[in-house]
Amino acid sequence: MPTIAIPSLIRNLTDGEESVTVEGTTIREVINNLENQYPGTKAKLCDGDRIHPSIGVYINGVLTRVAMHDRLDADAELHFLPAISGGVSSDLYPDEL
Amino acid sequence: MVRKSHIQTTINDEAVEFLCEPRQSLLEVLRDELHLTGAKEGCNNGNCGACSVILDGRLVNSCLVLGVETEGKSVETIEGLAEPDKLHPIQDAFLENAALQCGICTPGFIMSAKALLDNNPNPTEHEIRYWLAGNLCRCTGYDKIVRAVLDAAAAT
Amino acid sequence: MSEKKEYKVIGTRPIRHDGVDKVTGRAIYGADFQITGLLHGRVLRSPHAHARIVSIDTSRAEAHPGVKGVVTAQDLPAAEDKMADLGEGPVNLKYLCDNILASDKALYKGHAIAAVAATNPHIAEEACELIDVEYEVLPPVLEVRQAMEPDAPILHEHLTTSSLGDTEDKPTNIASHLQHKKGDIEKGFADAEVVIERDFVTGTVHQGYIEPHNATAHYNQDGQLTVWCSTQGAFTVREQLAEILQYPVSKIKVVPLEIGGGFGGKINVYIKPVAALLAKKTGKPVKVLMNRADVFEGTGPTPASYITIKIGAKKDGKITAAQTSLAFEAGAYPGSPVGAGAMCVFAPYNIENVLIDGYDVVLNKPKSAPYRAPGATNAAFGTETVVDELAETLNIDPLEIRLMNGAKEGDRRPDGPVYPRIGFIETLEAAKEHPHYTSSNGKKYHGRGIASGFWFNIGLESSVTINVNPDGTVNLVEGSTDIGGTRASIAMQAAEVLGIPAESVNPAVVDTNSIGYTAVTGGSRTTYATGYAAYEAAQDVVKQMKVRAAKLWEVDEDNVQFADGEFSSINGKEEQMSFRDLSGKLSQTGGPVVGRATMDPAGAGGAFATHVVDVEVDVETGKVEILRYTATQDAGKAIHPSYVEGQIQGGVVQGIGWALNEEYIYNDEGEMTNASFLDYRMPTCLDLPMIDTVIVEVPNPGHPYGVRGVGEVPIVPPPAAIANAIYDAIGIRMTELPMSPDRLLKALGKI
Repeated sequence: MPTIAIPSLIRNLTDGEESVTVEGTTIREVINNLENQYPGTKAKLCDGDRIHPSIGVYINGVLTRVAMHDRLDADAELHFLPAISGGVSSDLYPDEL
Repeated sequence: MVRKSHIQTTINDEAVEFLCEPRQSLLEVLRDELHLTGAKEGCNNGNCGACSVILDGRLVNSCLVLGVETEGKSVETIEGLAEPDKLHPIQDAFLENAALQCGICTPGFIMSAKALLDNNPNPTEHEIRYWLAGNLCRCTGYDKIVRAVLDAAAAT
Repeated sequence: MSEKKEYKVIGTRPIRHDGVDKVTGRAIYGADFQITGLLHGRVLRSPHAHARIVSIDTSRAEAHPGVKGVVTAQDLPAAEDKMADLGEGPVNLKYLCDNILASDKALYKGHAIAAVAATNPHIAEEACELIDVEYEVLPPVLEVRQAMEPDAPILHEHLTTSSLGDTEDKPTNIASHLQHKKGDIEKGFADAEVVIERDFVTGTVHQGYIEPHNATAHYNQDGQLTVWCSTQGAFTVREQLAEILQYPVSKIKVVPLEIGGGFGGKINVYIKPVAALLAKKTGKPVKVLMNRADVFEGTGPTPASYITIKIGAKKDGKITAAQTSLAFEAGAYPGSPVGAGAMCVFAPYNIENVLIDGYDVVLNKPKSAPYRAPGATNAAFGTETVVDELAETLNIDPLEIRLMNGAKEGDRRPDGPVYPRIGFIETLEAAKEHPHYTSSNGKKYHGRGIASGFWFNIGLESSVTINVNPDGTVNLVEGSTDIGGTRASIAMQAAEVLGIPAESVNPAVVDTNSIGYTAVTGGSRTTYATGYAAYEAAQDVVKQMKVRAAKLWEVDEDNVQFADGEFSSINGKEEQMSFRDLSGKLSQTGGPVVGRATMDPAGAGGAFATHVVDVEVDVETGKVEILRYTATQDAGKAIHPSYVEGQIQGGVVQGIGWALNEEYIYNDEGEMTNASFLDYRMPTCLDLPMIDTVIVEVPNPGHPYGVRGVGEVPIVPPPAAIANAIYDAIGIRMTELPMSPDRLLKALGKI
């Protein structure tokens, strides 16, 4: 099952858990399952049905410009970190990051 | 409209006439009136050297010279340096030493280096650094520029 | 991929393709562009750091002879329309537009208020003085700690602190708070036998590119907008123009001319939309140029910051815990690089227990813009100084303590992700073995310092097409503007694949109508990502040409192979033909061959650097002289070593300027008092020695030749390395940048 590293500022929603494993084969499924397990988390990570523009998603340590439908390996590890895009301010490209 | 002055001068060994307002700098005249855009404006107050040209054998910041002051004088700019089939040795040395990155300061550095080598064909590293201290480069850290001028001196 | 691989083109030092144009003055930079009927624009800027705009009267300016048009924020599309389009984004879009032309408030001295187009630049300048602006002057806030105080003057009435989706209700200047937490920080410090905690302050500094911003814009009668300019990214300009002007991208063409330096500062737009507004209003092409004061006061510097660093270690030097708080000045609108700073601050070290808090804070200075490894230099100044003090306290060599704690493949970064193959340890070992580090350094007031640094590097989109010419050369078309020799480093990767000399590739950087989307020249990405696209486009050429060879030889395509620039037939029939000869036979075998590739690679691979510096401190004047400098850096694979060295040397010298002299000096009213190259003191060649470089090559598994970005990380270590050297020279820890003569003399107790 994919592992999600929980950002420290929302660990209050996961009973302090630093990382949790959840079912899912796409980013959307994983986030929805996380939300079922720990209500409130999806709203922190997503803006509607997309990753929040200020967040960068790392899959297995690599910054990936994911879409919600992207597929995940069973042993994938996800991190949600501040978006870095080569100095381009993220507020310019809300749809891309 | 300000009445323009009629100026006769020599640029890169060619007789040139132009009209300019008294308030226009030589840099403005070169770039805007004569379309010789090799001299660049980086600061317009003599701090960066990107507009360096040689006026009657003397290195000047063309932003600090008025266009009307060139009456009867001789101006050398970057455009006049290479021969039709051959670069000037300083230009070759800049290319071979990778002494430019963005290249905006390069014409100014090359003109400053020419003025130096015209007066002192075998400068030391310190003399080169002293002479070129009026030219700012933000890309290279100057290392390869100084080496290029040392090489150009050795080649001529 | 093997480290020992032999290359024919990669690793050589050909003359760059755009070199002759640039040494003869023929290259056309943004301000050099000319077009018939050109008008000249000039921007009026706020004289106040913080003021409400009560009214703007442009009538006197409009009546001035030679003036053809005046624009203000009123000429930008109304904010309400933008809200409808962008859902949650309207606040951001308002910030974006207000930074182009202020609508309700001037938030820094130099903030653009209005602009004039006239028949020459002098008339436009005169007319700016005829624009009557009534301001209600407000108290400015100019320092990050003051801006965070509860009773500080508020810049944005609707700005509240966001914290991973959580938003406070109260108006504040703290735009966001972010955090990284790993392990148990309290236990980590409890386990430590030595704990060092220090505060650091860094000044506001500018990228300092020599070419000021520029733009020429023209609207055709059919509504087609063309903008000629220098920029780090033509497509980025197109996107920003589309948002700000609310205009379709299909009607905007951005033509990138040669660019005179950027370092991150020529990604955001400033006068490009203004030139477009003036062109629209006048129906003529309009060129707008900044002067140097405009550049300092009206474009993004990189932020000042206040940083606390606390690190604990065992007596043997093993770091057990590290904690930091980073407060960065975003300038007038949110968006400092504190996020990147927070991810870089402890990145070189493998530390079990970490707590990192970052704050993005608005105040009355220009909106900050990226500058070479944004945020990382500020952060490293703190960390690397404390690590040095830790080494000194524990009597351990400063390179040894870094070797002991340095991050390696498989270690977890403080912010979570696991490192792939990285070369930090190799840079430390290279520094340790270097004759600079092993030489003696015992003179009075001489000191030696070392420091390390990390930067991510990025991938992002790049497109390349390659057209094969009948004489065996190729024309390579790309969208990455060339700031430092990337035409060469990209062309060389295609040449290596095709087995032809670098000189047989003609690279061209083209406009936004002529190539696929290509992201900015930034993030140390161009040689990596656009080079990767050139590699793939060349592979596409090879694939298509194998089909042509098969046709010629009447063999199966699978029986054609390509190596070292030669196509040959295998399995029986012996045929051989060079790339050049086959290029001459394209018209007989099916017509032109065009290779293409688009990339959005994920494996940019992080870059590490370790620097060694010797200084001499003049204790009478406070001046610090750089005596010797050596920079080691993991480049993955250096495509054109001269330009890799150049990137390292240039980054080091920018770092030296940041360390010793450069800063925005403000008076109490929030006016920058040193907005010229005379007073904002960047290093000249007389201030410096030669900069020695050691290129370490630990190939990046995310690139076919192992390339890592090289451009940014060299600016990261210098301030800390120099601070450590000053300590070694005079026994005083400098914790404030720049370490200018006055600060040195104060620290020495002389003033």
